[in-house]
Amino acid sequence: MGKTLFDKVWDAHVVDSIENGPQVLYIDKHLIHEVTSPQAFNELRDRQIPVFRPNQIVATADHNTPTLNQHLPVKDPLSRHQLEQLSKNCKEHHITLYGLGHKYNGIVHVMAPELGITQPGMTLVCGDSHTSTHGAFGSIAFGIGTSQVAQVFASQCLLITKPKSLRVTVNGKLKNGVLPKDVILYIISKLGTNSGTGYFCEYAGDVFKHMSMEGRMTVCNMSIEMGARGGMIAPDETTYTYIKGREFAPEGDEFDKKMAYWKTLATDSDARFDKEYVFDAEDIEPMITYGTNPGMGIKISESIPKDSDVSSEKALKYMDFTAGEHLIGQQINYVFIGSCTNSRIEDFRVAANYIKGKQKAENVTAWLVPGSKQVEAQIIEEGLKTIFDAAGFELRQPGCSACLAMNDDKIPQGEYCVSTSNRNFEGRQGQGSRTLLASPLVAAATAVAGKIVDITKHEEALEIV
Amino acid sequence: MEKFTTLTSTAIPLDIANVDTDQIIPARFLKATDKQGFGDNVFRDWRYNEDHSENKTFILNNPDYSGSILVAGDNFGCGSSREHAAWALVGYGFKVIVSSFFADIFKGNALNNGLLPVQVSEDFLAQLMTIVQQNPETKLHVNLDLQTIGIEDSISEQFEIDPYKKTCLINGYDDIDYLLSKKELIEAFEATKSY
Repeated sequence: MGKTLFDKVWDAHVVDSIENGPQVLYIDKHLIHEVTSPQAFNELRDRQIPVFRPNQIVATADHNTPTLNQHLPVKDPLSRHQLEQLSKNCKEHHITLYGLGHKYNGIVHVMAPELGITQPGMTLVCGDSHTSTHGAFGSIAFGIGTSQVAQVFASQCLLITKPKSLRVTVNGKLKNGVLPKDVILYIISKLGTNSGTGYFCEYAGDVFKHMSMEGRMTVCNMSIEMGARGGMIAPDETTYTYIKGREFAPEGDEFDKKMAYWKTLATDSDARFDKEYVFDAEDIEPMITYGTNPGMGIKISESIPKDSDVSSEKALKYMDFTAGEHLIGQQINYVFIGSCTNSRIEDFRVAANYIKGKQKAENVTAWLVPGSKQVEAQIIEEGLKTIFDAAGFELRQPGCSACLAMNDDKIPQGEYCVSTSNRNFEGRQGQGSRTLLASPLVAAATAVAGKIVDITKHEEALEIV
Repeated sequence: MEKFTTLTSTAIPLDIANVDTDQIIPARFLKATDKQGFGDNVFRDWRYNEDHSENKTFILNNPDYSGSILVAGDNFGCGSSREHAAWALVGYGFKVIVSSFFADIFKGNALNNGLLPVQVSEDFLAQLMTIVQQNPETKLHVNLDLQTIGIEDSISEQFEIDPYKKTCLINGYDDIDYLLSKKELIEAFEATKSY
């Protein structure tokens, strides 16, 4: 029987197996940030053991960083301490750090791919559940806890049981105005938030084949929102073209050699998956969430379903919505375009194309937070900043920002925010905040209208993407 | 890591499904660089009102219920990989979490901190939830060696656990000890890896 993409990469990284237990899996790249690494460094210090392979670790500061005045000392003393701790730890252990203000700084899942650190066939981990993003390159990438960060520091390996395999296929052609974010929100709304638990997911079919790397990253990013540890897409010409020439990509003959290997990774035609789902691209429309988990999503023109379980009722009460109600026309005062899901250049191009020549509604505070310094520079270079400025949108500096509101970028109590991020949990964007997840196009349209609009009725908007 | 063999305790019934790690410990409390103090803020935004007064309707604030076992709804621990969630639950005094389903990363984090995730059937969870809700004095018995959870002279169920993890918990071993013992094998792998 043939092997899946996941099998091929996994099997090539198994160092050892414990009978009836987990395997020792070798990790090629370890990404770290300020929030989930300090206790792991302490662990090493307490045990007096060194970092085993510092050259395979890359650090960035992203979760806890301000998105304004990054050249000034960080105001919040706890955040400042955490960032200083990261610098100190990286220096002590000879780990490369792209700290605040560095030209390569950015959200860990944006900066690593754009630097060519993420490559097909790799195993890559980070103390962050959205590490699944990197699977877009055909790598096995997943989030780990801090104890596991310490394990990788100590041994460049993890003790882990091989997950089961799942494939989600979407065939056909997406309608105009349907973005990668809509595709993944649609899949999660159909499968629920725990359908992928215990599985690694491969995305296959026409839709992903024709998707850009940025789009594939958006999709793989949210694999964890259906419970899957990671998502993967087989590498192809789109992948190779994206990687070639990037800072840490292999060069010359080395690139060709690697590429020849990457081309062997695709799932064999006779491989079997433990679970399979198939969807039709034509059924997908611009999506929005109405509840407090990412599975509670609807097509933007639909009404909120009438589910009667306790959890749905609790969610609707928190959101102050009623079952059966439509979201079109709902006033929105906050719009956030950013996060490791949607803060790449393509996302800002989509937003700028829609916004061009229009004005942000007066009631709306609209934050645009690029995923990295490089994305920020590109926004300026391509003239998108001029469009945003003219329309009254605020372009801030890179970081995780209002996706998890660890810094000052918080949505106030009771306010709705249409957000391109990945989680609509209670209080995720600030205590009492109410998040509606959507694509950058829906977010931009909301900011212009000051309320949720049926983007499918805006023909000119649909043509731009 | 602290050893775990058996536990007899009353339990707190948290009848909510899809409890995500943002609820267990909100992001604004993740700024610490050590593992201490997270217990004070476990379920912070459910335990306290906006004006910082206690939310009397939340189960952790109900004086009738106490104990080191949390009986929770389906899909417990979904969302963020933050191990701070496990530290917060342990810090508050929990030693066992019972649910019909656990999110992957949370389950691993719990096991790495001596917090036992006990996965039971939906039916058993529903019965257990009702019994504990109706009688806060109910004592639950958890036996890791036999892999059982139950109430004396009442309901009981077997639960699954990875045999390796079970050995670790019973003996107080952790994964770093094991991985360090494999260093030669890891170096040999690095020297000959096929990709």
